[in-house]
Amino acid sequence: MSESSQPESAKAYWRATIRLTLSLFVVWFVASFGAGILFRPFLDQFSIGGAPLGFWFAQQGAIYVFVVLIVVYCLAMNRLERKFGLSEE
Amino acid sequence: MDQSAWSFLFVGVTFAMYIGIAIWSRAASTDDFYVAGHDVHPVVNGMATAADWMSAASFLSMAGLIAFLGYGGSVYLMGWTGGYVLLALLLAPYLREFGKFTVPDFVGDRYYSGFARIVAVVCALFVSFTYIAGQMKGVGVAFSGFLGIQYEWGIGIGMVIVFFYAVLGGMKGITYTQVAQYVVLIFAYTVPAIFISLIITDHAIPQIGFVANVAGENVSMLAKLNTVITDLGFLEYTSTEKSTADIFCITAALMFGTAGLPHVIIRFFTVRNAAAARVSAGWALVFIAVLYTTAPAVGAFARLNFVETVNEATYVSGGDYAEVAADISARGDTPVPAWFKNWEETGLVSFEDHNADGRMQIRGPDAPDGLANEVSANNDIFVLANPEIAQLPGWVIGLVVAGGMAAALSTAAGLLMVISSAVSHDICRRTLFKSMSDKAELTVARVAAAGAVVAAGLLGLFASQLGFVAQVVAFAFGLAAASLFPIIFLGIFWKRMNREGAIVSMLVGLIATFSYIYYFKFGGGSPEDYWFGVSPEGIGFVFMWLSLAVGVVVSLSTKPPPVEIQELVEDIRVPGTRRVHGQADAGMRPI
Repeated sequence: MSESSQPESAKAYWRATIRLTLSLFVVWFVASFGAGILFRPFLDQFSIGGAPLGFWFAQQGAIYVFVVLIVVYCLAMNRLERKFGLSEE
Repeated sequence: MDQSAWSFLFVGVTFAMYIGIAIWSRAASTDDFYVAGHDVHPVVNGMATAADWMSAASFLSMAGLIAFLGYGGSVYLMGWTGGYVLLALLLAPYLREFGKFTVPDFVGDRYYSGFARIVAVVCALFVSFTYIAGQMKGVGVAFSGFLGIQYEWGIGIGMVIVFFYAVLGGMKGITYTQVAQYVVLIFAYTVPAIFISLIITDHAIPQIGFVANVAGENVSMLAKLNTVITDLGFLEYTSTEKSTADIFCITAALMFGTAGLPHVIIRFFTVRNAAAARVSAGWALVFIAVLYTTAPAVGAFARLNFVETVNEATYVSGGDYAEVAADISARGDTPVPAWFKNWEETGLVSFEDHNADGRMQIRGPDAPDGLANEVSANNDIFVLANPEIAQLPGWVIGLVVAGGMAAALSTAAGLLMVISSAVSHDICRRTLFKSMSDKAELTVARVAAAGAVVAAGLLGLFASQLGFVAQVVAFAFGLAAASLFPIIFLGIFWKRMNREGAIVSMLVGLIATFSYIYYFKFGGGSPEDYWFGVSPEGIGFVFMWLSLAVGVVVSLSTKPPPVEIQELVEDIRVPGTRRVHGQADAGMRPI
């Protein structure tokens, strides 16, 4: 689909959105599937307080990271929309 | 006042409050009824979404499930929260920008096909009905277990309450009752958790107690738990017997399933715009995380406390508990705690003295002393007995009962909304009677909601006899992940995705997942035959990829979607640029 009725600025906005979304999903994957599952045996040799680190990520850390990810996404998207003059407020 | 009087009081007061809210927030139009006038504040919607999402299973069973599974329970924690990242970043803002009432609405209009809409209706109904049976069962169990009311009557009372606010207020009534229900349930969950954390670790915040040392000892709570249970022949708490591949797939299936669940998605149609939908998803996850980070701490504390106070305790049988227990203590033995005796009547905990020594042995499968396990406990017992374990006053138990009801009713209401709107909006207004007036549709929506309440109640009655509700939940997440998530995702991120691809993709995901789960849960399949070692709980993730792949291949080998549909997809990606596009918006203008 090369032809499109969209103005250039809308395309640039969408490309920036995709970049942001992809980079946040890298963090999402690393914190949950990475630290909590795939690298858990390795991370469990370290500990946070009295909990093995990999186990802690699976039961606590990943959830905190998820919350932070959505907060970062909201702030970054608001900035992006202001930059492209798209904010509705 | 005794404990059941407190339970009656709390349940009565909260129910009166829900009915009051229902009367105050009556719906006047289909806009009110389906999407609460699409002007709900993002924080309010976040709180309503959290109550919508956290079901009887999250409230009553999850902590106990984690207590028994240890690390293996992490799949629920990550799976049921990580899905909100998918929702916030991939679906909610764009679906809000699309501006329709229901999930099948999006499918039908984006894929310019009445048939695709009907397939989506089938998926949505299937997912919602399997899920709602469990909620009604939760209500029935709570009533019969705590208030001494018969299971059938319990479901009947639950139906009347939901009937009130779902039929009168639709999404508007549901939204504001869900906010009240969130407050009730989170208070009921965290108060006992704080006290049990203080008892075990001396820390008031359970999340800190989770990683802290045991009160008065120089060993961490989790390390002690590992030692205590491995000595009895259980697997270490911080590890699992499940394969890494299975843990990975189950977590992923729950995440993508969460993002594809219609009753969660429609909550984001109630806010003003895409930006509000993003913020709202963030708030929802914050409110959910309060419970989901407390649950693993409660699970671990409860397991440790359970083993330490019950194992090798002397069973108290017959007579007055206080007297017999005092005698046992006088001989230098430890009597079984009072809460165990109180809950024995409900059947949630039980003791069978295999070696006839009068003491209660808790043993795992590899017990070093070769003794058999004599104590069994239901997943729900830990949350329910927590107030007594922490020696809190009787009113706290009443609060927990009201909290469990709030969790079950709020989720049931969200599901009822999906069911009734699928019937009144997608089947009646958009398929069968296209010239129906708004007023007529509102009446049909109320009738459909009433019908759905009755159907859900009957399912709840049926579920108690079959008792496989927990197994059926695997269906809901697997089907949502494999049938709904792929086409919604592709519908937003790939303009070239067309009608043919969407229909085939949904059907492949639905049929493959259904068959796999059915075969291994009910059809006699044995775990050795799992594909790639993936259990039915996790198979939705595997078939999600199949569904995506089939959708792409079929789309590429058939005609591209009409230009106006491709323009529509471009519009929803950029906030504030949504125009009306002939074919897609002919049946209904975007809101």
